Formats: sequence, C-alpha cells, structure tokens
Amino acid sequence: MSRLMTLRAVFLALSVTVILALAPGARADDAVTHFTLDNGMAVVVIEDHRAPVAVHMVWYRVGAADEPPGQSGIAHFLEHLMFKGTETLAPGEFSRTVARNGGRDNAFTSYDYTAYFQRIAADRLDLVMGMEADRMVNLRLSPEDVATERDVVIEERNQRTENDPSSLFREQKNAAQYLNHPYGVPIIGWRHEIETLDRETALAFYERFYAPNNAILIVAGDVAPDEVRALAEKHYGPLPPNPDLAPRARPQEPPQLAERRLLFEDARVAQPWVSRSYTAPPRESGAQEKAAALNILAELLGGGTTSYLAEKLQFDEQIAVYTSAFYGGTSLDDTTFSLVVVPAEGVTLQEAEDAMDATLARFLQDGIDSEQLDRVKMQLRAAQIYARDDVERLANRYGRAMTQGLTLADVQAWPDILQSVTEDDILAAAQEVFDRRRAVTGWLAAPSDPAQEEMIQ
Amino acid sequence: MIRFAIALAATLLLALPARAGVEIKEVTSPGGITAWLVEEPSIPFVALELRFRGGGSLDAPDKRGATSLMTGLLEEGAGEMDAREFARATERLAASFRYDVSDDAVSISAKFLTETRDEAIALLRESLIAPRFDPDAIDRVRGQMLSSIRSDEKDPRAIAGRVFDAAVYGDHPYGTPLDGTVDSVSTLTRDDLIAAHRGALARDRLHVSAVGDITADELGTLLDRLLGDLPEVGADLPGPAAPRFDGGVEVVDFDTPQSVVQFAQPGIDFDHPDYFAAYILNHILGGGGFESRLMSEIREKRGLTYGIYSYLVDKDQADLWMGSVASSNDRVAEAIEAVRAEWTRARDAGVTAEELDRAKTYLTGSYPLRFDGNGPIARIMVAMQMSGMPIDYIATRNDRVNAVTLEDVNRVARERIDPERLSFVVVGRPQGLSN
Repeated sequence: MSRLMTLRAVFLALSVTVILALAPGARADDAVTHFTLDNGMAVVVIEDHRAPVAVHMVWYRVGAADEPPGQSGIAHFLEHLMFKGTETLAPGEFSRTVARNGGRDNAFTSYDYTAYFQRIAADRLDLVMGMEADRMVNLRLSPEDVATERDVVIEERNQRTENDPSSLFREQKNAAQYLNHPYGVPIIGWRHEIETLDRETALAFYERFYAPNNAILIVAGDVAPDEVRALAEKHYGPLPPNPDLAPRARPQEPPQLAERRLLFEDARVAQPWVSRSYTAPPRESGAQEKAAALNILAELLGGGTTSYLAEKLQFDEQIAVYTSAFYGGTSLDDTTFSLVVVPAEGVTLQEAEDAMDATLARFLQDGIDSEQLDRVKMQLRAAQIYARDDVERLANRYGRAMTQGLTLADVQAWPDILQSVTEDDILAAAQEVFDRRRAVTGWLAAPSDPAQEEMIQ
Repeated sequence: MIRFAIALAATLLLALPARAGVEIKEVTSPGGITAWLVEEPSIPFVALELRFRGGGSLDAPDKRGATSLMTGLLEEGAGEMDAREFARATERLAASFRYDVSDDAVSISAKFLTETRDEAIALLRESLIAPRFDPDAIDRVRGQMLSSIRSDEKDPRAIAGRVFDAAVYGDHPYGTPLDGTVDSVSTLTRDDLIAAHRGALARDRLHVSAVGDITADELGTLLDRLLGDLPEVGADLPGPAAPRFDGGVEVVDFDTPQSVVQFAQPGIDFDHPDYFAAYILNHILGGGGFESRLMSEIREKRGLTYGIYSYLVDKDQADLWMGSVASSNDRVAEAIEAVRAEWTRARDAGVTAEELDRAKTYLTGSYPLRFDGNGPIARIMVAMQMSGMPIDYIATRNDRVNAVTLEDVNRVARERIDPERLSFVVVGRPQGLSN
C-alpha cells in the first residue's frame, strides 16, 4: 500500500506540470478555416504543411437512415455506383485518374452520411475537385454496370455480415433496438432488398440528395484557405442548389416500455458474449454537456485496463476475459450506450450478465473515483496533441460532426466541454441512461452452449 | 484524357522530390545503440518504434505461443508495479505503448509527450527490462489468448490461414499459429515466459526509429536509459523455410455462405535484382487496388467478389507471392478459374507498355505521400531497417522503380509466374470444387 501511495504522490505532482504546460498552443483547431459558398456548400480547410499531401473529401448529409422504405441499402449502393462514370468520365476512370496521379480514393456510407475522398499530392487538388464536382451532378449509369455492381455489394454483405455471426447478431440486436426509426435497418441493407435495387431507384436517390447545399467540402493538408476557396468557387460554385431539399425528419421511436431480449445462436460461435445497449441522447448542437458526461462515463466504465468493469470483472474476480463500454454520441437521432462482457471459461452468460448488472449498481453507489476521472481528462487533453499528427482523422471528425447535426463551433467547443464535466454530471447521466426498460440485452452463443439451455428454462 | 493524365504525372515527379521533408539522421548512442531519427519539433511529442527480430518464430516446437504470451504480458506489471499500477501510471502520463508480435519480430510502438518524456521512458523501460510475469497476470492474459485461439478455430479466414501455413511451411515455425494451440498455451509456465523474454528482447536484433520533438543528443541519452540494460545476445533465429506448392486446391469444409480463399506460389527476396520488376508486375496483376487486373476481371467485370488482392510476402525466412479472395459458395469456383486464367495470361502475354507506365506513375507519385505524420514515418523507417535498406533508400527508391523496363517485367513474368504451382486453400462449402 505504501508503495502505491508513493507512486501516486509522484504522479500527481507530474500531472499538475502537464496540465499547465498543455494550455497554450496545443489545440488542433488553430489551423481550421470555415466558409460557405453562395450555393450553400459548406467548406472546411484544415492546414498541415509538414508533407505535400492533401485529402479532399465531400460529405453528403444523407445516409442509410434517409432511405425510402423497402429500398434498404440504396445509399450504400449509390456510393458504389458513383464510380461508374459521368457524361465525360468512363466507368472506373475517376479512380484510374486519381491513381495515375499517385493518389488513392474511396468512399464510405453510414446512417447519417455518405462521404467520398481522395488522398493526393497537394498540387493535384484542382484535378480531383473538378472530377468530384462533375459526379455530383453528371452521373451516368448503364444497366449492365448496375447489375454487376449489385453482385459486388451482395458479396460485400456476404463478407461483412453473412460470414460473421457477430455481425449477424449485431444486426439483429440493432433491429430490436429501433421499432420505428431506420437506425434499425442495416446500412448495407437487408439482403432481399439489396437484390431488388436497380438503376432507377439509385438515380432517384441521387437526384433527391446529391446537391451542393446538401454537401460539405473538407480539404486537409498542405493547402491554403484562399487557394481552396478559389478552387471551390471554380468547381463547386457553379453547381445549382436543390431548392426542394427537405429537412432530415426520420420516423422517431415511440417510448420504450419494456426491456427487449435476444438470444442469437450460431454454430460458428466459439466465444459467447453478452451485450446490453441502452437508448441514449446524442450530442446536441449548442448543448453537448450531457453527451460529454456520457462520453466520459464510457471511458470510466469500459475504457481499458483501469476501467471500472475491467477492475471488477477481470481483475478482482475472473468473470470476464474482456469488457467494454461504448457511447456513439455523434449521431443525428437518438443513439445507444452499450456494454459488452465476454465471459471467462466456465462462466455462463447469465452469470456474466448478472455480474455486469451488479457492477453497474455498485458503480452508481460508489460514485466516481476522482483520480480515475483526472487520468481520463489528462488523456483527452493529450489526445488533442496526438490528433495533430493525423490530419485525415481530423478531417473525418469534422465531417462526421457536421453531417450529424453539429456545427464547426460544436466540434471546437467539445474538448473544453469534456474537461468541464463533473462527477455529479456523470452520475446523473448514468442514472438517466441505465434503465433496463429502455435497453436491449443480447446473448450470442453456440447452440450447444449450456448457458443457452439455462436461459430457455 | 489518358495522355493528359500521364503528362500531369510527369510534372508531379519533378514537383515532388521523394526526399520531401524527410531528413533521416543516423544516431548512435554513447552506449552504442543505433537509431534513425527525423526531427520534427512542430508537435510536442515523439513517436518511437522498436523492433526485435525473431518474434514468434523463436518459440521452441513444444512451447508454441510462448513469445506471443510473453509479449502480451510486458504491460501487465513491471518493476515495482503490478498490472493495474502500470496501466494507471501510463494513463497519468497520457503515453501510449503498444506491444505486438509477428512471425519475425516483437514490436513496440510508443508515443509520449515532450512534457513527460523522461517519466514515460522510465515506465517503458520497466516493461522491457523488468516485466514481472505475475502468476495472476499470466492466468488472465492466457485466458484472453485461449479465447482468441478458440475463436480462430471457427473463423473461416483464420482457418484458411492456418491450413495454408501448415501446407506451405510444414515443420518450420511459420507452419503453426504464432499464438499456439489450446494445448500448447495451456501448458506454458512462468519459466517458459522468462526464457522467451530473455531470448526475444536482446540488443543484437534491435532496430530503432524515432520521429518528433527530440534532438539527436537527447535521443542517444534516452536510448541508453531505455535499452542499455537489455542482454547483448538473444536466442538463435530459425533457419530458412522451404515453402512447398503442389499447385492444387485444398478444400476445408466449413458451413458458411461465402468461401474464403488464399492462394500462393513462390515469391522473391527484396535483395534480388529482379525484385522491383516483380513488385511492379504484382501491382499490375493484383496489387493496385481498383486498377489491378484481378480486381478488374473478377470484381468489376463479373461481380464475383468484394475484393481480390495479390501481394509479395517478404518474410525473413521465406518469400511468397500470395493472394486472397472471397466469393459465395456457388460462385467461388468461377473466381478461382478466373485467377488461374489471369495468372497464365500474365506469364504468357506479359503486360503492356501502357500498364507499365501507369504502374510506375502511381508507384512513384504515391511514394512521397506516405511520409505524412510522425507515427507513419517512424513505422516506415523501422521497416526499412528490418529489410536491410540503406539510410538513403528513400531518395533512390523512385529511380529503382523507373529503371525497370518492359523487357524486365515480361522476362520476370515468364520466369517467375507459375500457374502450375499456384496453390489454393478454400474454406467453406464451395460448389464444383474438390481436393
């Protein structure tokens, strides 16, 4: 015990030094510029002049949760089809041209956004911006390309989902989480609906959502804001906004009145686990305090070796081989706070779940360990320094936030809001969220697992 | 459009000397430890990479998994601190230490703030020099490793890798999983882990790189403090493997909708004069993302897969030319047929001058773009040392690519691409395929 006390004293002194020294010049958002084109397209420029590289991204405020009913997967399918050519570019020529200039390109789709990016030498910005602006309005699709790409997407679903019982389990559990909101439908789409997607549904989705006033341009790297502004005005400036763009109002959830439970069995499961996800509020523009508290709560409960769940379930007792907590705070609509416990050998899923609930109850009773909170905050401060080493990741952070209901100011205020979270804030947020009547509990197991028989009885 | 793009790319080469911003110094510490350093003071932290050659391949045959379990325990208690105290101390400093193991190396990736550099190095030193291997920590990490091994036993990708390694490498350490088996890991003792530590972390096999807010003098002092007390000499490395390729298809029955495929034939060593010709050839065949022949034929034209790639594997004790693909059970036979056809076409007809130009333009244009952060540069520099590259390699690399002629590539294609020895492992319920 005395050894521990000595160490603590030493490190407490240390961390005071660090806090003082980190204060000036340590912010990652110093190099961020923001403006809007006349047609409504938002532009963010993040400067990093250490290497002659630029990342050029266009983020659309549309994702899987904006799909018409019965057309699940169309947002992601369209993302694939965006590489199939325009009036002036042949299928595949976009990527080919990027590659011939030493760059690489790709795209990704989520519930609330679809994003396209190229990573390329900074003096090639004009070229990629011209091509990206072109495909925002001039997409051309042949029926053959659409049919072949649908097969590719089905193989993608095979690879990501059908071949992986954990993915299937998460998909089923997610569907149970949302009775009415489209977050319950997988981003890649249900297989039977992917099979019906065609050229017309893709183009209708494209016409409705792809326009400069529904997009955010992010350019990060060895670029100057004036240069980006001039290029953006040249390429994106002439594109007409879509005057019919509707507000993003998805069907919302009714009040959840009872816990939902799920047992997913698959012969390919070697390691069973239990997962609980509570409905939770997302970060709200101008009012991110509760989300900040939930963010830190996830760190305290399940952020690693020193977290509360690991401490109780992996160290004090050997109930679990792995524990974690996760809060998906950046989200347009209501999100989840989830916990995972992977039981140690010989521990049933029921025992693991009971231990998880007992640990949560104890956490609420014990209150917050202020030293642990200090360590979490110290790491969050340092993360701002480390973040400056990876400008692409910073660009992603702005893109995700600004397509999910937050502003640039919200992103820049977030680190200070995290630092201002108090022990009371965290406990209040935990009390509010940890209500099993607003949660889904899922067990993933092999059919022969004895824990599963217990649950059936 | 094609001509236009190539003209642009030629300008690009002039505009971007490959040396762009990366000035590597060789630093030798007072105690004789050598490191490559890039000073980059603009962000107040350092990325430090350590590689100890040997890794999982140092395991004795009956102690498979010892090096892996040992590596997992380095951060689980050291010196005066048990696992939890060590983790809390790391968090207080906001340092990050990652310990990893591969067939050929134990790797440590560290990041620490300028403000807490000395404390972070003192902590990292404890984990490397004085890991405790406490019995409760051994049991806990062993439990995690066993859980992961059991999961791999039911994962089609892991099964394919395991069956493939056994068939290709036989009795060589590469032939079995570096995490060992449930049986081997269950019987490892604390003494086995102490021996694995003593054998793996020694100065005679160490490579170091650092990038960030630190001077050469400061780095020299730091390295002696961090690594000076390691033993001089470690365990003997295994000899070369003798990879075998029977040119057949091995099907492993596993009830899953999409078959997972690995394939390979003999590769080529980095030091061979034909390496760059083979590297460019592979880029055209299956290395170049959406642009490669395999991707174009099998994904873009036929929709048979989400992704197909080939790559040269340059391990310390073996060279392979490998690839992977996954297709639904009713279409995988067609995918394999198409791979064989592309392999044969590459050997018999070679590549075109246009394909070679495109590949060179991409490879030379993209190369300088890799050096865009302290972490990435540190990882590249340590990998260069592991491959035996000279310190001025970065400045010469694009010249090596550009020096390759069409005749070189097509000669290498004829000599080395070997459809008769291209061997496949398929895990799933493939239709129309049998052993």
